[in-house]
Parts: sequence; structure tokens; C-alpha cells
Amino acid sequence: MRNIWVILKRELYSYFASPIVYTILFIFLLLSGYFFYSNVAYFSLMSIQAGQWMGGDFTLGEWVIEPLLGNMSVVVLLLLPLLTMRLFAEEKRQGNLELLLSYPVRDIELALGKFLGCMSVYALMLFFTLVYPLLLAWLGRSDLGTFFSGYLGLFLMGSAFIAFGLFISTLTENQVVAAALTFGLLLFFWIIGWAAYITEPPISKIFENISLITHFRHFTKGIIDTADIFFYLSFIIFGIFLTLNALRAQYRRD
Amino acid sequence: MIEVRNISKWFGARQVLRDVSFEVEKGEILGFLGPNGAGKTTSLRILTGYFPPDKGTVKIGGYNIAQNPLTVKQKLGYFPEHNPLYPEMTVDGYLRFVARIKGVRGKEETKRVNTVVAECGLENVRHRLIKRLSKGYKQRVGLAQALVNDPEVLLLDEPTIGLDPKQIYEIRQLIKALAGQKTVILSTHILPEVSMVCTKVVIIKDGQVVAKDNPENLTAQKGYVEILARAPKEEFTAYLKNIPEVKEVEAKMEDNFIRAYIHFDPQYEIRPKLTQGIVQSGWELLELRPRRKSLEEVFVQLVTKEAS
Repeated sequence: MRNIWVILKRELYSYFASPIVYTILFIFLLLSGYFFYSNVAYFSLMSIQAGQWMGGDFTLGEWVIEPLLGNMSVVVLLLLPLLTMRLFAEEKRQGNLELLLSYPVRDIELALGKFLGCMSVYALMLFFTLVYPLLLAWLGRSDLGTFFSGYLGLFLMGSAFIAFGLFISTLTENQVVAAALTFGLLLFFWIIGWAAYITEPPISKIFENISLITHFRHFTKGIIDTADIFFYLSFIIFGIFLTLNALRAQYRRD
Repeated sequence: MIEVRNISKWFGARQVLRDVSFEVEKGEILGFLGPNGAGKTTSLRILTGYFPPDKGTVKIGGYNIAQNPLTVKQKLGYFPEHNPLYPEMTVDGYLRFVARIKGVRGKEETKRVNTVVAECGLENVRHRLIKRLSKGYKQRVGLAQALVNDPEVLLLDEPTIGLDPKQIYEIRQLIKALAGQKTVILSTHILPEVSMVCTKVVIIKDGQVVAKDNPENLTAQKGYVEILARAPKEEFTAYLKNIPEVKEVEAKMEDNFIRAYIHFDPQYEIRPKLTQGIVQSGWELLELRPRRKSLEEVFVQLVTKEAS
């Protein structure tokens, strides 16, 4: 199990030695910062007007936290495939996988080391955005509970994206192909929930529940449901399972 | 130390290895020869556990690689053909990573990294990024990564390719110095390298072993005798061809002398018979010397035999 840590550290080294992480971090913070600003600005404008005309029935959760986390989840969907594309594809292209597989390492240690390495980078991305809830708390208007559940959802959903991207990157040595496939298929799992609107109840329920975004919406509303946590965890485990099988099918045929 | 028994491998419908068997004793350096595409790299990859053979078994240090992959891999040092490295890492960082993943940790890690850095002459570039190194240095980093766990078995796939003569010499010296302590398989198609470094040779062609011996025997078997004599040409060649052990005679006139190359069955010693016969016939024998074919000639002969 110490091998996981060794692989993880090397992954982080490579991420931070290249401009990838800095670029993605920059874009992520730029976009989510803009969304935060515009949501807060809109909220304050509306609450002034509401105070004048209707009386204050506006909550921070509904007007700032929910849309902000929703926007951030889209940015995460766009950016994470760019982090996961290199995980195995680059090793394959450079021929390093041949050497890695000759070392006394189990496939599962390799996969988990890479998964956790990428997850650490993602956690760092989210960490920097914690300034938004703190800023709101400092201004005296915060709903830390909803933020907490929202961030938990964002983290779980992102980790599911990473597990899926890890699997896709074992299939090709071309990083662009890996990124395009990961993004495309994740987007498909995302919008499949829309099919629920055009189908009848037993089937629409299925579409709703396999969609990645449905489960995330509960978190942004401040609801932590074990069913949603279970959904993302099984998605992660399934992704890692597929990764191991892809490695075995390609190299360890026996 | 290494036991390869009847391994076969197919890639789709194409069979790349047919019943390959050989063994390497502890401390031996085996030269693994063959033209491009003969199956050298495939065999080495099977030895490292990269993929399993479709038939046959591989044992290293008594352990079957299919059953105890981790135990076997602990004993291995592998230098793959294209020498993949992580260009964004420093030499020191990379070697430490490899040491740790091979289970060399703590104090032992620093000690082993220091040792291989010294052995492979990497002191000056130790803290440089690998992508900034010259080809020769990269090659040495590749060798250092194979050696860092002090492996019992070293598998080297064309380690001197693309180097300048001085670097080639240095790498060969390094490999030679390992003889006796480590079991080495050196895959190459540079033949002088094999004569200089190896104690045993396996020649493989189209996925089949065509020769297996030490370099001396391999070259001696294909020997012949060269003679310089003063004699009438027709009578002399007729006499030589009449000797039952002789298989082939080439003769040519050189001023007033005859130079003859006599190929014979290697299991017989025909030199005493020859000298006696020539002198008794009243001819003058000026030179008689046993000749060996070079490994190159043997190799080309073996590898082209079936094709012709």
C-alpha cells in the first residue's frame, strides 16, 4: 500500500512540473470568481428591490449558493477531463507503462495512486474557492451548512469524473482522444436526466437516477442523502474497476 | 537463475515466438541475438511480466513469473528498448522514485541511489532535469534505474544504441563489471559487443532459437584450415578432396603457391593427417593455420540459412 503513496507523489510532481495545473487552476478560479461576483451582485440588487416592494422572502441559498455551485459544476465538467487525460495515455505514449509494469507494483496500487493524485489536485482547486463562503460569513450573511453539503457534492461528483477519466485514459495513448471521450461521455451522463421530462414514470425515474446532475442538485439544496453519496461512490468504484480490467485486457492477458 | 521453457506467443494470428527455451546460470551474461523483428523484445517483455506467454513457463530464481509476479519483479532490473524516462523529473528525483517503487526505502534508498549515481557516472547531472540531458546521459539514467534495486537479474534491450564510441565503451565496461555478480541478458544486434561481453549466446530468428552456445564454440564449430603450399594445382586439390573428412576445398594460385581453404567436419582433427600427407607426396608446406569464423559470419549464416 506504500506504493500508492509513491505513485501519488510522482503524479503530483508531474502535474506541478508542467503548466497544466497552473492553467486549469487559473481558468477555474477566474470563472468561478466571476460567477460568485455576479450571483452576489444580482442577489443584493434583488433583495433591495424585494425589500421595497414585496418584503424579504429571498434566501442566500436559493439565490447565491445553488446557482454558484451549479455554475462551478459545469466548469469542473469542462476542466477535469483535461487533468485526467494524461494519467495513463501519457505513460503509454512515452513507453513508461512498460517499465512501470515491470516494477513490483500491483495494478490496483497504480490505479489508486493515479486516481488519488488527480483527486488531490481537484481538492486544491476547490480549496481556493473556499474564500467565497468565508467572505459571505465575514459579511455576516452566510449559510455554511448549505455550502458544506454543496462542496461535498461537488467533490464527490468531481471524483466520479476523475475515476471515469482514469478509465478512458487507459484506452488510448492519445491525450486529446482521451479528453474528448471523457468529456463527451460525461456530458451524456449529465444530460440523460433530461430524458426524464419526455418519458413516463417508471422509465423516467431510471433516467433521472442515472444522471450525474440529479444527485448533485440535492447537495446544492443543502440535503445530504446517503443514496446520493452511494451513487457517486459506486460510480468511482466502477470507474476504478473498469480501469483495472482495461489494464488486464491490454497487458495481463492470461 | 533464468529458466525459459517452451514459450510461444501469438499476436492475433501471427506467431511471434515458437517454442523458445533457454536457461541462464547465475553470474552469466547471455547475448540475445537476432535480426530486427525476430522476437527479442517480445521475449524480454515476457520475462518482465509485461504480458504472459500463450504457452510455456518462465522461472526466475526458482519462481514462476505467472504465479509469483511480485517476487520475481523484486529481483529484476529492466532497461527497455526505447529507454522511457520522465523528462520533467530530475535524475535524483527519478532514481528515488524508482528505488521506492522497487521497495528500496529509507536509509537504503539514499545509499543505493548514491551507489548507482557513482557507478553510472551521473554525479555531474544528478540535479538536472532529465529532458535537458544528452542521449548518452539519458541512457545511463536508464541503466541506473535498472540497477537501483541491486537486482539479481538484469534485462537489457539494446543499451548501447545511439551512443558515441566512447560511451559505448563505458557502458560495455559497466556491463562487464557485473559479470559474476549478476545474471544478465543483453539483447543486441551489435555482434562485436557480444564477443566482448558475453559468456553465452542465444541466436533467435523468426521467433525460434537457432543456436545456443558460448561464443568460442559457436565460432570454432564453423572453423576451417588455411594452407599455403608449393605443389601442382590439380593434383593437390584432388588429393585434398579425397580425404574423407573434408567437405569443401577452395584453392587459388598465388604467384607460385597454392592457397587453399579446407572446410571439414568439426568433430575430426585433420591437421596431422594433412601435414603428413602433403610432405609424403613431396610437396612443400609453407603455412597451415586453423581459422575461425567471426561471430558475424556465423550469425549471418544461421540467420539466412533457411531463407535461401
